[in-house]
Amino acid sequence: MSAITETKVLFPKENYLTSNYGIKSWLLTKDHKRIALLYLASITFFFFIGGFFATVIRLELLTPKGDLVQASTYNKLFTMHGIIMVFFFLIPGIPAVLGNFLVPLMVGARDLAFPRLNLASWYIFSIGGLFVMYSVLSGGIDTGWTFYTPYSSQFSQSSVAAAVVGIFITGFSSILTGLNFIVTIHTMRAPGLTWFRLPLFIWSTYATSMIFILGTPVLAITLAMVALERLAHFGIFDPKYGGDPLLFQHLFWFYSHPAVYIMVLPAMGVVSELVATFSRHKVFGYKFVAFSSVAIAVLGFLVWGHHMFVAGMSVYAALIFSFLSYFVAIPSAVKVFNWTATLYKGSVSYQTPMLYAMGFIGLFVIGGMTGLFVAALGVDIHVTDTYFVVAHFHYIMVGGTVMAYLGGIHYWWPKITGRLYPEGWARLSALIIFVGFNLTFFPQFMLGYLGMPRRYYEYPDEYQVLNVFSTAGASILAVGYVMPLIYLLWSMRYGPIAGPNPWPSTGLEWQTSSPPPTDNFKVPPVVTEEPYQFKPEVRPVG
Amino acid sequence: MAETNTVIGAHHASFAHQFDDPEQQRQAGALGMWVFLATEVLFFGGLFTAYTIYRLANPEVFAVASNELDLTLGFINTLVLICSSFTMATAVYNAQHGNRKWLIFFLCATVVLGMVFLGIKAVEYAQKFEHHLVPGAHFTIEGTDPNKAQMFFSLYFAMTGLHALHMIIGAGMMIVLIAMAWRNRFSPEYHTPVELGGLYWHFVDIIWIFLFPLLYLLGRSTIGH
Amino acid sequence: MSEKIVSMQTYAIIFATLVVFTVITYRVSLIDLGVLNFVVALTIAAIKASLVALFFMHARWSPRVTQLVIASSLFWLFILLSLTLADYIARGPNWTHGLRYPANP
Repeated sequence: MSAITETKVLFPKENYLTSNYGIKSWLLTKDHKRIALLYLASITFFFFIGGFFATVIRLELLTPKGDLVQASTYNKLFTMHGIIMVFFFLIPGIPAVLGNFLVPLMVGARDLAFPRLNLASWYIFSIGGLFVMYSVLSGGIDTGWTFYTPYSSQFSQSSVAAAVVGIFITGFSSILTGLNFIVTIHTMRAPGLTWFRLPLFIWSTYATSMIFILGTPVLAITLAMVALERLAHFGIFDPKYGGDPLLFQHLFWFYSHPAVYIMVLPAMGVVSELVATFSRHKVFGYKFVAFSSVAIAVLGFLVWGHHMFVAGMSVYAALIFSFLSYFVAIPSAVKVFNWTATLYKGSVSYQTPMLYAMGFIGLFVIGGMTGLFVAALGVDIHVTDTYFVVAHFHYIMVGGTVMAYLGGIHYWWPKITGRLYPEGWARLSALIIFVGFNLTFFPQFMLGYLGMPRRYYEYPDEYQVLNVFSTAGASILAVGYVMPLIYLLWSMRYGPIAGPNPWPSTGLEWQTSSPPPTDNFKVPPVVTEEPYQFKPEVRPVG
Repeated sequence: MAETNTVIGAHHASFAHQFDDPEQQRQAGALGMWVFLATEVLFFGGLFTAYTIYRLANPEVFAVASNELDLTLGFINTLVLICSSFTMATAVYNAQHGNRKWLIFFLCATVVLGMVFLGIKAVEYAQKFEHHLVPGAHFTIEGTDPNKAQMFFSLYFAMTGLHALHMIIGAGMMIVLIAMAWRNRFSPEYHTPVELGGLYWHFVDIIWIFLFPLLYLLGRSTIGH
Repeated sequence: MSEKIVSMQTYAIIFATLVVFTVITYRVSLIDLGVLNFVVALTIAAIKASLVALFFMHARWSPRVTQLVIASSLFWLFILLSLTLADYIARGPNWTHGLRYPANP
């Protein structure tokens, strides 16, 4: 039966949203789907706080002189923008919202392995967030999100201790989430669901969880050492006691480089799902994509020194790190080729999630390739600490991760809420975001190459035109981000009822009602076929 | 033993609803604890890295500083922790066999040994305070560069302090296990918390197995006892 | 796979071995063997840790995935240590004479 005809699609009366009412049923829930929504609320909040700081930054940079804020304030703005966006939006983002919601569904389980630990994760995340908000409100932090010593450990007069304690605490939220995912994927797959029948989103989530487990603890202990130096005067990075400030950078980037793969791997997992569904074709080279996820997670741990090329590290070590940095690009490229091949062989339709997926692929390619520019030791001497680097990582994190996140939110919105979002408005905002994003960040490649340093609140007059373009783009981007906030909330009440499988797609999450019951499946599923077995004659909705 | 089974086992046909059977729950729990211990390896690992770098950069200073540590107390503490691992393993053995009384006894023995360790550590820390070896304004040491020696002690306090914190948490866990065992919560079919508590406890012992030589032993021979 | 029950005899032997190794490492540390002191101390520590992990923690009889988790954590620690050390070692032969700074002649 065609999905377009006006048959009455029934909204399941008993589902995880209606199973219990009242604030206690949300704040004390053990249901992974409700916890995912708690995270959705928190990270949306933090996204707009981080966006607020970005707004003030771009307003200041409209003019060459520092006339909107003082230099010391500007330092706080870019620091807090970075901390909030990295630690409270990008890192938890897709894993905590989409991962928490989908992992049990996709493996055919009733919940994650440790539901109470999952709830504890959210509380830990929130408590860490409170510490950082306290830091923001009690005068801010001005060290850069990278907390380089000795400024952060000795000389900064800003609220550093509260901020590092907050991030330390939030790190445990990541660790527990990753732990939960790894154990669930290993031990709770439905009968017949072998490793190579898993959706690629699960492979990406698994690889991300490896990074959570192996990387985050090093950040935790490093921030603890900074706190110790500030509060107890244990001069671990202080040259006076024989300490090396560069050791901080080694330890910090050991986590923070793999952290960028925490940000992008789940996004790639989402894109795999979107590309498959909206090409109505299985992902080309499934095993290559699956292994590439793990390869990115592993190789990502071998390249951190490329953040330290001009910091005073030995040139020979720099050479090694530069060489290794080229390798980590390879599995990412494999994925891009495979998505492209999937599109080529498929029957493509352009609903909003697909628009975001295609945006991701294009913008990630630009971001990734400019990563190769900065991985080259010689080029990096020129562009490091300029807007070139800023543009590079925003192409990946915003052009990549945020677009994939929005694509995933739209794609699974019917499953989460039982309702369809308004396709027209959604496509419009996707387009606005795409235009706004490129107008904001492409000029920054040029600015960086021309020599404009990052983290400066004033600049020579000749850079103004490009900065004005960038700020104009940012205002468009902001509109694009506010629109989904409005129409998605609207759709929860007024959107058309979605039914169990509106796209339609494959995968266990689509075999249960929208929204799912609390225990996910009325009948525990058994898997008998390979993933992404699309039936080409069924046309999609919309 | 069949008798203890019917008394204790009756409670534990149940398992958490997200699992399909008790065996899946047990395996998930064990894997979860091992994954957590992996994070602890990297957590302590950051401090071990700092220590390695600075020790290699300042071998003579660190040797002199290290000789200020009380070797006898460190040695005794190492034996104390090894005994506590033995009592913990024995506790798990008794849980597996449903011997409630011995389980409680060996859990208590483990806690007591843990407390002995912490007590000796407290004595050592007090000695450091007395001898002005705590990093800060009052730090003084003879026979070597006091600034670089202070680095040794910063790392000493950070590493042994973090370890002691983990011991305290472990002791807390043991007390919870003792309470659960007292209330008959364990049986040969279900004693996962004891297993997992054991894994954590042994891990904290392993950390000390490395801390002892790295902090107390390297450099002993060149300077003397 | 169900739980492995290890005999008290095995535990007792491992315990005794651990005590013996502890005494050995203590006594050897008092004899000057130059760089070998470091090698011996760390090797004995590694052996003791392995005994605790394999026998007390039942790693020897644990599922493959558990053994993979253990191996990975150790390997990652090795990555952290070796690539960080690579920077310091490559700074030149004098780096072990103290990280020198102009402020600290």
